[in-house]
Amino acid sequence: MADDTQTDPNVPLLEIKDLCISYYTRAGEIPAVVDFNLTIDRGQSVGLVGESGCGKSTVAMAIMQYMGSNGGIKSGTIKFKGKDMNEMSQEELRQIRGSAISMIYQEPMAALNPSLTIGTQLMEVPMFHEQLGEEAARKRAIKVLEDVRLPDPDRVMKAYPHQISGGQQQRAVIAMALLSSPELLLLDEPTTALDVTVEAGITKLIAEISKEYGTATIYISHNLGLILEVCERVCVMYSGEVVEEGAIRTLFDTPRHPYTHGLFGCIPLPTADKNARPLMPIRGQLPLPHQRPPGCNYGPRCDHFQKGLCDAQEIPEEPVEGSTPDHAVRCIRYRDIDWDAYEPDYPERPPMEVGDEVLAVENMQKYYEVVDRSLAAIFSGNRVRYVKANETLTFNAKRGQTVAIVGESGCGKSTFAKVLMGLETTTGGEIRFEGTDIGGEQVQKRSQSQIAKLQMVFQNPSDTLNPSHTVGNQISRVIRKFGVEADPDKVRERVLKLLDTVKLPRDFYYRRPRQLSGGQKQRVGIARAFAGNPSMVIADEPVSALDVSVAAAVTELLMEIQREHQTTLLFISHDLSVVRYLSDRIVVMYLGQIMEVGSTDEIFTPPYHPYTEALLSAVPIADPNVVKREILLEGNLPSVLDPPKGCPFSTRCPRKVGEICDDERPPVLEPAPGHRIACHIPLEELRQVDPVIKLKRKEEQVA
Amino acid sequence: MSDTTVTPEVAASATPKAPSGSMRFFKSLLLIRESWVGMIGALIVLFWVVVALFAPWLAPFDPLATLQPFAAPGTEFAGNDIAPPGVFYLGTDHLGRDVLSRIIFGSRTVLFYAPIATVTAYTVGIFMGLAAGYIGGWWDEILSMITNIILSFPVLVLYILIITLIGPSGINIIIAITFATGPTVMRIVRGLVLDLKNRDYVAAAQTRGEGSWRIMLVEILPNARGPLIVDACLRLGYVIITIGVLGFLGLGLPPPQPDWGGMINETRSMAMAFPHMTIYPCIAISSLILGFNLLADGLREVSLRD
Repeated sequence: MADDTQTDPNVPLLEIKDLCISYYTRAGEIPAVVDFNLTIDRGQSVGLVGESGCGKSTVAMAIMQYMGSNGGIKSGTIKFKGKDMNEMSQEELRQIRGSAISMIYQEPMAALNPSLTIGTQLMEVPMFHEQLGEEAARKRAIKVLEDVRLPDPDRVMKAYPHQISGGQQQRAVIAMALLSSPELLLLDEPTTALDVTVEAGITKLIAEISKEYGTATIYISHNLGLILEVCERVCVMYSGEVVEEGAIRTLFDTPRHPYTHGLFGCIPLPTADKNARPLMPIRGQLPLPHQRPPGCNYGPRCDHFQKGLCDAQEIPEEPVEGSTPDHAVRCIRYRDIDWDAYEPDYPERPPMEVGDEVLAVENMQKYYEVVDRSLAAIFSGNRVRYVKANETLTFNAKRGQTVAIVGESGCGKSTFAKVLMGLETTTGGEIRFEGTDIGGEQVQKRSQSQIAKLQMVFQNPSDTLNPSHTVGNQISRVIRKFGVEADPDKVRERVLKLLDTVKLPRDFYYRRPRQLSGGQKQRVGIARAFAGNPSMVIADEPVSALDVSVAAAVTELLMEIQREHQTTLLFISHDLSVVRYLSDRIVVMYLGQIMEVGSTDEIFTPPYHPYTEALLSAVPIADPNVVKREILLEGNLPSVLDPPKGCPFSTRCPRKVGEICDDERPPVLEPAPGHRIACHIPLEELRQVDPVIKLKRKEEQVA
Repeated sequence: MSDTTVTPEVAASATPKAPSGSMRFFKSLLLIRESWVGMIGALIVLFWVVVALFAPWLAPFDPLATLQPFAAPGTEFAGNDIAPPGVFYLGTDHLGRDVLSRIIFGSRTVLFYAPIATVTAYTVGIFMGLAAGYIGGWWDEILSMITNIILSFPVLVLYILIITLIGPSGINIIIAITFATGPTVMRIVRGLVLDLKNRDYVAAAQTRGEGSWRIMLVEILPNARGPLIVDACLRLGYVIITIGVLGFLGLGLPPPQPDWGGMINETRSMAMAFPHMTIYPCIAISSLILGFNLLADGLREVSLRD
């Protein structure tokens, strides 16, 4: 690298002053980021939090000076080691990008070139930036791969991106970013596309690496829990502005801006309960950049908004009196709001009464046949192999209950949903729905009433509604199809009522899906699922693609309607904190098998299945008063084509007993009626395990 | 909806008004204005459509009448007992027929048969593609097999084969074009369906027990319309070429009906001496094809921008 690295240590590494960024579109100039200030010293880690559209990625792009053809820095400076990047030439920038400043993106697969080996892509970096020879570059690459804890670096060097798993890909991308020993690392939602247990490994790695290499990091995320785990300082962004910033503990313990409070209210904490302390969604929507209100951008959604004060002037960002020196907030009324006395009125909700059994799954199996057509397979006789997507599932669900199925991708939870909906049929066992076995029946063979009673809310908001039909048409089709109403006027009336129920304006009847936001589409999806008065609704990750505040609102809505209709809800998710919040019973799945079933409290307290324990430890929790025991899983999910013979979790289990785990199916232990754990470890031993999530006691909190 | 007794505010909150469907369609067509390439294409196509519609009023002479052979463009015609006096703006052909009038009436042939042939080819192709893509399995194997066999023939050979087998006539041109281009459409539709059938809204329709045909026609097909409309415009151009080629090969409409391809064919031996007989029909064909291609380009541009 050039010798100007040895600059004055008093000059901060990166200094952003009064940065304004705009995009220019057909609709005119759109201010994406307004008045952004940030200073980072060497080795510091700063988090940028905010919902989509708040401008956090734009800031990262501006630091890279990588704005695209329609974006531009309007005013302000970005100084890297005292030099203004806005005035650098393209050649200077090229030298800095990927060497002094590196960026890691959300999708590892998109960041790697699929037609080159990992090795070639890694070696390219030092060969270009430092003119290293091939051998030296290879050595460096292998060293860095070891640093990012990739097992067997030699094999990874020769592998193409698709030959390694998503977590390994992201590690390779991080290795690539570290190769040039950058002084600043920008991470744009680096773990959002990954599973929780993988995510836990990657975040830990990033924290360790930045210490080891002395790298400063800017960590962009929508997940407050993650930020708490990796950053020292945090900036909360809303609608293009930083609304609050400060040291991580200060901001989490004494947030001052109403939006920061609002965000915390949207996150289900392990201490939260759906009946005693429901989520408090932020009302309204993020204003579009060209429709920002005068004065405080958060004004229209704020409970403490005062007309004539908050909307009368530009709100400056000012240091918070009586707090740590770097704590600043952009709220004109922050002194007047007494957060200790502020208690939003929670709607009182008694726990739901649980009724008769609605769904009973018994030893349900779903195998997919994979036919190998190669000659070798024909000769050896192993032509047909089975993917055991679901193996001996047994659990039940009662009226009014919320049952959650938790597990990482590939655990078979979506396959189960497909079988339940009749898109696939079982290979063995029974699924009794209201007394009749429906496991073997394709949806075409089920009766109209059976279909109507079992409906689904889908995961992807952009996909769940047909873009060619109006919202009204799509809901009324369900009503007519299931024979709830036949008369056109009554059908229409019912659709409008359903729109009221999901809190959408009635003129959405004639809207088309592309005119709706993600949260609104998901609401229509919920209305559609409930249109036929189902007795059971399956929700397959209904909020995982939504922003926190929207997700909170949709989750609350789903529960409210469930309560109203006395519906059984089968909630499929990978997010244990949401699951903890809303479900009564939890089914933990791994590799097609149930590891543990029990009530929510039973799952979250010992005795645990070792896999449940690891999952609990992996969930990021946005509460500094929660202490977690750290359990990191080694290795990858085994292939479903070739699962371990004994316990499916045996290859990664930190509590593995011995060979018995590899060879024999674990027995089912029953610590309490209805609570089942499939494990070889004796129950007594499991009972003695410490809880993973603990609340710090009051005295400790003060210290 | 025309309940006039309700006060305006109540009506607004209780019964939202439907924007009229035809208005919406018209508006989305007007989006073509955003692409100047598309506008030029649309204007050329519109020009020929107007010419075809008003042919009897626009054409100065009867396209079939033998008036004055080998007249150069711009020759004044004195008039006789067949036709009143006038000017041969584009000259006459070897049989003394007015080239301009024949081009004007020829546009009717092209603009009548080309859209019909395209629509039938699309209908066949869409149904084949939907079945192959959505139902899959043996349907897919068989339909893809048929498609591959048809597409493995050189297209021109296929046309000549079909027309010589069943004889040249308007209907047979349509049949030949459907037979030869249906499979290409089927491939496009099949590809689109394979993508669209994995969407959640299709799963939602399946889980409420909708029939396969309803899913294919109501849930999937409307979402494939963007690429299909663009392709249809392009294909309309190809079909016009095909009709021209068939006319040129003498496999088009039987004479003496005015047909652009036929006009070129009949006069090509005299093209060096009397270029006007050949060149003007050539320009007519090219401009119309250009119009459709530009229109397709414009539609694609506009549809990608959304």
